[in-house]
Amino acid sequence: MSEAQVSDYRKLEESITLGHIQNEDRLSSELLTLNIGPHHPATHGVLRLIVTLEGEIVRDIKPVIGYVHTGIEKTAEQKAYWKVIPVVERMDYLSYYFNAQAFCGAVETLAGIEVPKRAQYLRVIHLELNRIMSHLVWLGTSALDLGAMSMFWYCFRERDAILDLFEMSSGQRMHTRYFQVGGVFEDIPTGFEQRLRKFIATMPERADQYADLLEKNEIVLQRLRGICPLDEQTLLDLGVTGPLLRAAGNPWDLRKVEPYSSYEDFDFKIPVGTVGDNYDRYRVRHAEIYESVKIIEQALDGLPEGPTITEDRKFALPPRHELATSMEALIHHFKLVTEGFRVPEGECYYPIESPRGELGCFIRSDGSSKPARVHMRDPSFSNLQATAPMCRDSYIADLIATLAMLDPVLGGIDR
Amino acid sequence: MTLPISVVNLAEPWWVGIIKAIVIFAIGLQLIPIILLLERKLLGRFQGRYGPNRVGVFGLMQPLADIIKLATKEGFRPRTSVAFLFMIAPAISILTAVATLAIVPFGNTVDIFGTEVGLYGIDPSIGILYAFAFGGIAFYGLMLGGWASGSKYSFLGSMRSAAQLISYEISQGLALVGVIMMAGSLSLTEIVEAQSVQGWFIGPQIVGFMIFLIAGFAETNRAPFDLPEADAELVGGYMTEYGGLGFVSYYFAEYLTMIIVSALTVTLFLGGWELPFGWYTPGWAGPFVVLGKTLLIILLFIWVRATLPRLRYDQLMTLGWKILLPLATLNTLVTATLLVTT
Repeated sequence: MSEAQVSDYRKLEESITLGHIQNEDRLSSELLTLNIGPHHPATHGVLRLIVTLEGEIVRDIKPVIGYVHTGIEKTAEQKAYWKVIPVVERMDYLSYYFNAQAFCGAVETLAGIEVPKRAQYLRVIHLELNRIMSHLVWLGTSALDLGAMSMFWYCFRERDAILDLFEMSSGQRMHTRYFQVGGVFEDIPTGFEQRLRKFIATMPERADQYADLLEKNEIVLQRLRGICPLDEQTLLDLGVTGPLLRAAGNPWDLRKVEPYSSYEDFDFKIPVGTVGDNYDRYRVRHAEIYESVKIIEQALDGLPEGPTITEDRKFALPPRHELATSMEALIHHFKLVTEGFRVPEGECYYPIESPRGELGCFIRSDGSSKPARVHMRDPSFSNLQATAPMCRDSYIADLIATLAMLDPVLGGIDR
Repeated sequence: MTLPISVVNLAEPWWVGIIKAIVIFAIGLQLIPIILLLERKLLGRFQGRYGPNRVGVFGLMQPLADIIKLATKEGFRPRTSVAFLFMIAPAISILTAVATLAIVPFGNTVDIFGTEVGLYGIDPSIGILYAFAFGGIAFYGLMLGGWASGSKYSFLGSMRSAAQLISYEISQGLALVGVIMMAGSLSLTEIVEAQSVQGWFIGPQIVGFMIFLIAGFAETNRAPFDLPEADAELVGGYMTEYGGLGFVSYYFAEYLTMIIVSALTVTLFLGGWELPFGWYTPGWAGPFVVLGKTLLIILLFIWVRATLPRLRYDQLMTLGWKILLPLATLNTLVTATLLVTT
């Protein structure tokens, strides 16, 4: 083949150096470079892994990302603050409430907006529902990667119930744009509470059933226990957060460490693992489902009365009826809809605990109605770095299982 | 008294053999779409959904629609593949599966319009060995298909199937030695007849039954041993590069193998065409009894597929070599000792 015919992939394949791999004493000394993805059922999106195999054993991994790069951060600079919310929601498409919360929280901190208590509680309810939803998708797809295909449908059955609730409160099932700067878009409708209570009554039962199906199965245990562990220090060095870090025994959870949106009002536990293998990763996330249900229950019981969005007319739209009677309301309405609100000059980093770890939003404002810079610290991006140290020298089947346990969302990684 | 193959073939007129071949082939192949649909329907029910219900009444036409869709697809072959082997590999798979179908006994000899006809394709005196021989050749279909595709995924899939073959065929064969010793014959019809005298072999040979069934799961590449085609890891394993009719052949061969393994289990351990509890079985009812029992085993296959996750490559080998093989050997020794002493 002439030089021109050699594809970029082949060049990349040949550029990989395997000098550090010691295989002098082995019978099979030939290594195989395998391209997994970007279109592959087990990469949970369009992740591409260039894997070097010795037989079935993974000797090296090179993750290649960027296949769903959408330029969301740049797009955000072109839009008024309140128009950015639906854009950032589409980054990590499984935790849209978290993306919105990170962005709104950063703007609120910069502008010094007080969010009413009821809005904070409603946010918590939706955030935790979103967390359960995200973990259900993770559980279903991970089980599918292990070959237990029925779990996928069981998990999606409960996920659908959550999406129904989202639809009820905001009119959308995904990318709801329910959170606003200063509060939430609307109060929850009648009947929402009843349905939510029904859901949180059944969810722990369902989670018990999942545990029965998986944890009492010898094959699952063999596939998860002691597989691809990584110690706490390495995880910290790599910047890994969330359930992966907690599985290694570090109880770092921003909801406890640095409570936002009234998380200090609720009583919940942080599940931690012991050795940080795939089994611990599974257990931590599974236990988080129960804790989220507990938080939702407390938030629902203690839901305070009051407004659901800040009274500050500079940031929140005035109620419809005021427009007919108040000149000032009309002016605010006009300004907000045409230009948007202005945020005082400054910088702010606002981290929250997403289902995958620390989701932080950095905003630099130049005093205009559009952000000068928006940057998201997406947990999937940092967590993905741990793939290679985790999976090196394990079986290719374990690589797939570990990747599933990492729970990367490529929309968030590439942004 | 069942006669050896040479005698039986002489006893039957030549046209009986041809008719039997056609009838058994037709029935065996008709079973595949039914089982395909049954599996998809049942999996749907297991998973809280309906399964196919759009094409025809209750989705009955779904397998036909699938086959028409696949048969009309463009034949595609990767540039790196080896054309001849790529074409012939699916044929090997389906040929060996169909060949094994011939020895499944559906009943004893019956009198049809004054002609003595054995309700089986052939009854070789080496029945079980015949099945194993063709089971062994069937893996050439997978290995050649995977290797000739010229794709790394297919290559890994075929390596896995080769490893699976050597891990399981030995235990599977050893598991049957107990049955053979108890029946005193390798002929499948004689094994069934021995069961009508001694009782079904699932009782005394329960260990052998378990090992045979587990190895059967491995032989048919079904969950939890579907490693050669582990979709999460190897996309489609050895049949990654196959589409259209090549894919259909592999798919058919897989389901046909499942039917055959089930039917062999019925023949070897569950009394073949005999009804349970010593009920009298008329000669004509034999095929229905065999099919009914086979269906029950197939339901087990489907149930397991809906429940169990996949084993890892090395765990599968460990199970085969370190657990099943010693168990099968022990089973053989114990059976032999008991047979000699009692």
